[in-house]
Amino acid sequence: MKTLAWLEERLGLEPVLKLVEKKTVPIHRHSIWYYLGGMTLFLFVTQAVTGILLLLYYRPSSDGAYESVQFIMGQVSFGWLVRSIHSWSANLMIGTLFIHMFSVFLTKAYRPPRELTWISGAVLLFLALAFGFSGYLLPWNKVSFFATRVGTQIAGVVPGIGTFLLRFLRGGDDVTGATLTRFYGFHVAILPAITALFLGVHVWLVQKQGMSLPPGEDESQVKTMKFVPNFLLRDAMGWLLALGLLAALSALFPWELGQKADPFASAPAGIKPEWYFLFLFQTLKYIPARVAFIDGDVLGVLVMGAGAALWVFVPFLDRQAARGEKSPVFTAIGWVLIVYIVGMTLVGYFT
Amino acid sequence: MTGKLLTTSLGAVAALALFATTGQAQPTPVAAAKVDQCVACHSDLEGRLGDPVKALQQKDDVHGQHGFSCANCHGGDPSQESGKAAMDPAKGFVAVPKRQDIPRLCGKCHSDPAFMKQFDPAERTDQESEYSTSVHGKRLKQGDQKVAVCTSCHGFHGVKAVKNSTAPVYALHVAETCGSCHANVGYMQPYGIPTDQLAKWQSSVHGEAMLKKQDLSAPTCNDCHGNHGATPPSVASVANVCGTCHVRQAELFQKSPHAKPFQALGNGACVQCHSNHEIHHPSDEMLGVGKQSVCVECHFEGTSSFKAAAAMSGQISDLAAQIRRAGEILQEASNDGMEVSRPQFDLREAGNKLINARVVVHSFAPGQVEAAVKPGLEVAGKAHQAGLVALSDFQFRRKGLAVSLLFIAIAVAAIFLKLRQIERRQSSA
Amino acid sequence: MQPTREGTMPRRSFVDYLLGTSLGMVVAAIFYPILRFLVPPRIAESSELNVVAAKTAELKPNSGKVFPFGTEPAIVIQTPGGEIRAFSAVCTHLACTVQYRDDLQQIWCACHDGHYDLYGKNIGGPPPQPLTKLTANIRGDEIIVSKG
Repeated sequence: MKTLAWLEERLGLEPVLKLVEKKTVPIHRHSIWYYLGGMTLFLFVTQAVTGILLLLYYRPSSDGAYESVQFIMGQVSFGWLVRSIHSWSANLMIGTLFIHMFSVFLTKAYRPPRELTWISGAVLLFLALAFGFSGYLLPWNKVSFFATRVGTQIAGVVPGIGTFLLRFLRGGDDVTGATLTRFYGFHVAILPAITALFLGVHVWLVQKQGMSLPPGEDESQVKTMKFVPNFLLRDAMGWLLALGLLAALSALFPWELGQKADPFASAPAGIKPEWYFLFLFQTLKYIPARVAFIDGDVLGVLVMGAGAALWVFVPFLDRQAARGEKSPVFTAIGWVLIVYIVGMTLVGYFT
Repeated sequence: MTGKLLTTSLGAVAALALFATTGQAQPTPVAAAKVDQCVACHSDLEGRLGDPVKALQQKDDVHGQHGFSCANCHGGDPSQESGKAAMDPAKGFVAVPKRQDIPRLCGKCHSDPAFMKQFDPAERTDQESEYSTSVHGKRLKQGDQKVAVCTSCHGFHGVKAVKNSTAPVYALHVAETCGSCHANVGYMQPYGIPTDQLAKWQSSVHGEAMLKKQDLSAPTCNDCHGNHGATPPSVASVANVCGTCHVRQAELFQKSPHAKPFQALGNGACVQCHSNHEIHHPSDEMLGVGKQSVCVECHFEGTSSFKAAAAMSGQISDLAAQIRRAGEILQEASNDGMEVSRPQFDLREAGNKLINARVVVHSFAPGQVEAAVKPGLEVAGKAHQAGLVALSDFQFRRKGLAVSLLFIAIAVAAIFLKLRQIERRQSSA
Repeated sequence: MQPTREGTMPRRSFVDYLLGTSLGMVVAAIFYPILRFLVPPRIAESSELNVVAAKTAELKPNSGKVFPFGTEPAIVIQTPGGEIRAFSAVCTHLACTVQYRDDLQQIWCACHDGHYDLYGKNIGGPPPQPLTKLTANIRGDEIIVSKG
């Protein structure tokens, strides 16, 4: 194509085009999981696009936020669609992110040379959760107000830096309009910038190093398909189906607005965080108020923090996988975690 | 046993002595410097003889709080250690005052404005004179020992202030206190008056407001019957009583065609349709010509008033129905996820107009009711319209969704076909 | 490219055609709502709780006006002395909407004869609490009422 040649002359795209031409994807019984990274990326792009559109009408102040979302839902052309897609896609994205992460974990794709891909991925997990937590407050309704209050309160429990962390998150001692403005800053500027960086690194590493083969598959014998166009077209089918799902969810189950937050009202009974935090919340509920000499909440937060740190550094802990051997202990840990997370989420949802 | 005999005989003597000693008991608090021998001795006693002291010493006993003690009401000499000297009828001692004498006894202080001013300048001092005008007061003079006197409602040794929420005369408890006699069938038997007022009031909208919602502004017995001058409002005046809160209804009624005939017939205005004690929340069915209507009790078919009743009923029901219809459609739209909070808010205004129209019914003029109903119908109509728009928007969304899903399905199929084509080519190459 | 059979429509170009068209439709179905979204609606702003209650000319001394404020009714009054004040119009007794009475120079609730003075304080009848105060400011020829 003439345009492509023109660009190529000026941008030196040859290495990229070579990669695109040469890149292959292995085909084996676990290949299906390869689609989930791209799916998460697609949903993230949807978030970015719908988020930018919402930015044109949203007001980040405590006496304007709720009304502006109400305006978007009721008055703006297709505002209901943009907003509902944004909310649904956020949830779907975190869902696919978890599936992607666990499929990578169970196929030991974190082993050398892909340690940095795993670590950048773990950071992306925390960034996604931060996106979810900060975005949830922005409509400034009753549910999100109290969920934020509870969530930031837990942050305040961390020993040493807890008070600082709570005040940093809340923009003060309580959840107020200041918190809203701050969360808005996180959600539309700070987190996107950091995410762009880590996402860039993550995706570039995947392209550079190619797709990981699960242990036990023989690289020389495995069948492959070309990335372009075979894998990409399959990706596209998945993305289109996801788009259809988002459209259906938005039209048939539009995201609720609820009632405007009232800082002076008392918390409604049975306040729960969004489903992706539910397993952590439920776990904290089960820890007794005091364990030996430590406060139950403090212990919970410390254990979770330690767990998160271990999770990030898994590539350096799993020696057997590093050597290319089977690593049943870590496989077992993976399954235990999956069962635990799913179980706790269901318990939190139905009790 | 001996104690009881002693006190009773003393009491009998004292009763005779009271005539001679009326006005001698000093209406002043016992001096703080001296020891009150009554309290000193009786606080060691049990039962009937010790309880009064304990009651007087309660933190919330209003007399004890202000330094009053036994002698202020019972007379005698509190400085005397010897019981005989302290409880000396010559010093005005009365052990158990006679029922007939209680109003005067309490009135010694409570009817003295100069005295009561020392404690509360705003306190009323006409209770005794009001009481003498009441049914209770009149019957007491005639010798009826069963009627209520001051102590029956306010207590005697542990008297709590009216604003004390545990007092028997606190707003929330007044009905119970009156009912302790008036709802007691056996007790009221000689009087031949109904004893169901308490039960009726408790089931009424006023009783519910006070007992369930703790609304202290709701009327209880004393709000309509008076506190001390307790008299049933005469049939002619009962409308004035209701009208103290239900101002608009009373005003409209007085100007309505019902005012004069009711006065002439001696029918108790409000009570005729709404009852006096068992006042339930009025329903739209009370108006008109249906089975539950109160209008047909007097107005017969074919008369112009019958037609007027039917007309007014129709107007009110129409507005109520339109509001319900609009509310339902908006709820349906809301359940579908459409944003209808603004029309729902606007519909509230129609609800206000309906409340107003129901008040205007008391003018018994269909023209006025129609004028009151009209703005409500407009608002309800607009809200209904907004609901229809929301529902059609929802349908538009569903159609739009179907179209988009169709495009997506075709695109997915196209990709699938393309893939198949490419892969065939690749495998044959 | 492989040679096509004589007289038949080459299947690959039909598939390409279908692919191109259907993807085009999908893209159109994405861009149409986005473009409509970008065009602002007729009422350009979401109403914060900063509502134009009335025009200054409209509100004479010793009069009041009830207006919608968020999801509740509110009342803006001009006292006989010329001061502009605003309150929630929800009666604190049983939530009826209050009104201004120029004959009494008070705020009044028709439902059970509740009376409030011109500072919103409950001075007669059943209401147990004063009316919630709102802030009224004059901007040009408009009276703007906001919370707090």
